[in-house]
Amino acid sequence: MGGLIDVMPGPPVDRDEHDYALWEKRVDALMVLASAKGYFTVDGLRRALEDMGEESFETMTYYERWIASVTQNLIESGAFTIEELRAQMEQVQARGDTYGEASLDSGKEQADA
Amino acid sequence: MPEPAPNFLPPYWDADAAKPAFSMGKKVRVKSGAPPGHVRTPWYVRGRTGVVERVCGHFHDPQELAYGRGDGPKLPLYRVRFALADIWGAEAGFAETDTIDIEIYESWLEPFWDYGGDFDAQAARLEKELG
Repeated sequence: MGGLIDVMPGPPVDRDEHDYALWEKRVDALMVLASAKGYFTVDGLRRALEDMGEESFETMTYYERWIASVTQNLIESGAFTIEELRAQMEQVQARGDTYGEASLDSGKEQADA
Repeated sequence: MPEPAPNFLPPYWDADAAKPAFSMGKKVRVKSGAPPGHVRTPWYVRGRTGVVERVCGHFHDPQELAYGRGDGPKLPLYRVRFALADIWGAEAGFAETDTIDIEIYESWLEPFWDYGGDFDAQAARLEKELG
C-alpha cells in the first residue's frame, strides 16, 4: 500500500510453509501465463490489488485478491469479454461444488494408474 | 559514499533514453503530493531529502505500466539514501549512520539546493540554471 504507515505494524509473521489449494496454484500459473503473453504486467496486478482498498486485505485471502486483480486486468486488456467470463463461470458452476476436489482426485488416480 | 568509477554505466542502461539528471552523491528532494493511482514512491519519503546512492539504469514507468501503457519512454531510476532520523524524527532513536535506500524514478525527484538562507546565492544559481 505504498508504505502507508497506519496499516503497520502487523502481528508476527508465521514463516512456516503451508499447502496451497489447487485453485490457488492455478491462479498463480494464470498470472505467469498472462504476463508472458503480454496481457498485463505485475504493475497492473499491483494496481488492481491496491484499488480494492485496504479492507480487502482483511476480508479476502491472498489468492482471492490475486484472481480478482488478474480478472480485472484481463478484461481491461481484452483477453476476454465480460459476457465470455459470465458464460464460463456459469458452465463451471454447473459442474457442482465438489468439482475442484474431484479434479484433484482424478488427477491422482491417473498418476497412480 | 564511494566515487563512481570513470565511464561506469549501470546495468539496464539504455543509450536511447534520457540521460539521468542526477549523478551519484547528488542531493535530491523527493516531490510531494498524493495523486491517486499506482505510485511507487513511498509516502514516508515524499518531500524528504536524500542522496543519490547510485543510478540503477532505465526502466519503463510503473505508473504507466500499471494501466497497460508500456510504450512510453524509459525513465532513469535511482537508489536514493535517506537518513532514518530525517524520516522518523530524532525521537525515534536512530543513529546518524542508520539509513534506508529506496529506488525512486526520476519523475519523482528534484534537485536540492541548500543555500543556508543565502538568498542572493540562490537567486544567482537559479538564474544560471534556468536562464
